[in-house]
Amino acid sequence: MDYSIKIGGEAGQGIQTIGDTLSKVFSRAGYHVFTHQDYESRIRGGHNFYQIRFSDKPVSSSREKIDILVALDKASIHLHEREITDGGQIVYDSTTLRQKYERSEFLDVPFMDLAKESGGSKIMANTVAVGSVLGMLGMNLEILSNILKDTFKKKGEEVIRANENAAQAGHDYAIKQCLKCSFSVAPKGPPRMLISGVEAIAVGAYSAGCKFYSAYPMTPSTGIMIYLNSKIREFGVLVEQAEDEIAAINMALGASFAGVRAMTGTSGGGFALMVEGLSLAAMTETPIVIALGQRPGPATGFPTRTEQGELLFALHAAHGEFPRIVFTPGTPEQAFFLTNKAFDLAEKYQVPAFILFDQYLADSEWTFEEFNLEKIRYQDYRLRGEAFRSLQEYKRHAFTENGISPLGVPGDAKHLVVTDSDEHDEEGHIVEDAETRVRMVEKRLLKKLPLIREEIEPPFLYGNSDPEIVITGFGSTFGVLKEAVDHLSGKREIAFLHFTEISPFPLTEKFDYIKILKGAKITICVENNATGQFARMVRSETGHLFDEHIRKNDGRPFLLEELIGELDAKVGRL
Amino acid sequence: MPKLEDYRGQIPAWCPGCGNFGILKTFKEALVELEIEPYQIIIVSGIGQAGKLPHYLKCNTFNGLHGRTLPVATGIRLTNHEMLVIAVAGDGDCYGEGGNHLLHAMRRNINVKLFVHDNQIYGLTKGQASPTSMEGMVTKNQPFGVLSEQLNPVALGVALDCSFVARSFSGDGEHLKEMMKQAIKHKGFALLDIFQPCVVFNKVNTHEWYKQRVYHIEPEYNPEDRIEAFKRALEWGDRIPIGVIYRNNRPIMEERIPIIKDSPLLRQPLDASKTETALREFY
Repeated sequence: MDYSIKIGGEAGQGIQTIGDTLSKVFSRAGYHVFTHQDYESRIRGGHNFYQIRFSDKPVSSSREKIDILVALDKASIHLHEREITDGGQIVYDSTTLRQKYERSEFLDVPFMDLAKESGGSKIMANTVAVGSVLGMLGMNLEILSNILKDTFKKKGEEVIRANENAAQAGHDYAIKQCLKCSFSVAPKGPPRMLISGVEAIAVGAYSAGCKFYSAYPMTPSTGIMIYLNSKIREFGVLVEQAEDEIAAINMALGASFAGVRAMTGTSGGGFALMVEGLSLAAMTETPIVIALGQRPGPATGFPTRTEQGELLFALHAAHGEFPRIVFTPGTPEQAFFLTNKAFDLAEKYQVPAFILFDQYLADSEWTFEEFNLEKIRYQDYRLRGEAFRSLQEYKRHAFTENGISPLGVPGDAKHLVVTDSDEHDEEGHIVEDAETRVRMVEKRLLKKLPLIREEIEPPFLYGNSDPEIVITGFGSTFGVLKEAVDHLSGKREIAFLHFTEISPFPLTEKFDYIKILKGAKITICVENNATGQFARMVRSETGHLFDEHIRKNDGRPFLLEELIGELDAKVGRL
Repeated sequence: MPKLEDYRGQIPAWCPGCGNFGILKTFKEALVELEIEPYQIIIVSGIGQAGKLPHYLKCNTFNGLHGRTLPVATGIRLTNHEMLVIAVAGDGDCYGEGGNHLLHAMRRNINVKLFVHDNQIYGLTKGQASPTSMEGMVTKNQPFGVLSEQLNPVALGVALDCSFVARSFSGDGEHLKEMMKQAIKHKGFALLDIFQPCVVFNKVNTHEWYKQRVYHIEPEYNPEDRIEAFKRALEWGDRIPIGVIYRNNRPIMEERIPIIKDSPLLRQPLDASKTETALREFY
């Protein structure tokens, strides 16, 4: 069992509400769920869709084919009707669309009329739609009722009951009218967690002791700020909407200097403004975590779409030479733990750390049984209170064996905490001499870099342990590549090498991934950009040259069948 | 009780005769008289001759980037609102490069004190016009004279309802000290614009030029009258007022954030159990 449902329509029609509700029903019913969203940069109109895939087996990508299309407008029908599987159905409301479709794959459900009759208001048309889909699938409404109770808790009993009636009306209508519906879905097991990339980053930040988040709204990173603000009283993470991205990163640096873990988030265009602040973080050795959500550029590009086009930008941005940590999670679970680790390493080594994600990961929801919270790290590396007061002497940028100087909290002791964007001495005061400069670069960069590299985990190998074919990727392509390898592994000795910790580039001591690449007959690098930035990075870090490349830069993620087709074509000659 | 000696810092790299010396000396005296110890203050500075000031006394220091003093200072105050946070900037730094941050710091009313060393010229980059250079002033980089209208920081402050707006002069130590003390004691964002001659590059607005023009605002003046304040802020020419031009008692940003009401962000512990609770909501 592996069903895909697409909800299409104009912005503002409630696509997200229908999609979120259905996803939640399936995850609570114990299914594996994967969702992805495709939307335009507008508040009303245009064409958007929300795609849900659910199965009794793990799913981690979107498919080309869909089983149920919920068409809220005519465009959804002509854009997506050819994606319908044999036996698939298109559910719509002929009154709203002002058109009747007679073919057998169409199911006309009067969303609007049923909403008015059963719920008392046309606002509930979307609840009718959710009810109809569940009716088509042969699911009862018990889980949906509970979700409606949670959603409308604050609005009161009457609103809940009206929505329940609306859902029931849609459900019953679909069961009666959809004679061709042959889906059969019953609750499968205990509820699963359903979480998106941005939500996972936000909770990951809290788990790591983040106390301050400043940002300027920018898709696809805004969700982090919105989630943290929705939890402001529980988490106590102070969120400040800055006047621009320059202010955002400088505020976060101020907070970090004052003694708390701080973070900012943005996308490429906003990050371009933050770049001088990144360099400031490096020079002053002020820990900071930057969530950088990629979208297609240059300039404003495709504001709401996806691309892995800012990898080399994240790696090289900012003037001067300094160490930086870059993590590229591929799932919400990885995003959660890597955000946690980014905070830990940023503070331990007093360097900037990035969570490099993209719109696809940001907005996609995945299901998990649970996150193993024992893996969370939290250690306070700052020098505070009594420990700081009891020191005889203190120098913020003292030369030390490992290059890490004590990070004192200003005001906690009589010792002064001084730092400077100019080259400085151990105390933090401006200098001009060559000798101090050389020793500071050695301390800040050359001593710390190898230590940070030791903390970096090697890539994850999935599939055959001695593969002929190695597919490589980083970040958000994880899910689709994993499923593609599953699909192809019956016929071939194939494996997938996925990189999530890429700067500093991983050593081979823990796992000799270079041997895997060298031993393969064909290595293929798959990435969501035009120029193969990751392939270039691997070549410069390891010397390995990929035999083949699969790239996509149309602003959309790889779909499973599409990728399998391309991989098949590349490995066909073996 | 702090002594002047406690504030002795590095030897300044300013030009002999620079107005900054007067500002530095007065600033130390103000801090000593207010009984503030060096470790109880954080100075955030930018780039320019003013930006070097914290190195020439003793204090916690974040000497950051050109124009970016106020965002850093804001982040510090939101994290630890028990610390005195003073931003020190020049006219190019604060009114040019960092102009946007100034507007928003005034709007937020974050309890930061901003001391602007305003010499109406760019010193560190050797003599280009600054936002406060007077219209028509010819420099190597403004061969037709400054074409833009001079920025009026105090009028800008009044227009934005800045909580405390004052002006002083580096050549009038007693007045400057009083303004610094009032700015520090005021609860709210405080802009103190300090006239300061640049002896090398500004041949127009010299020590004598300022001395002939500045006058002390009379004691009966009411700085809480915004309309009067605006009139006073617009005075320029033969007579230029120095003193507290405008003041109000708007609530400060730090007090309006419930989560830091009981204790500063810095002192709040991490409650690990909340991660688990938050994740439960995704089921």
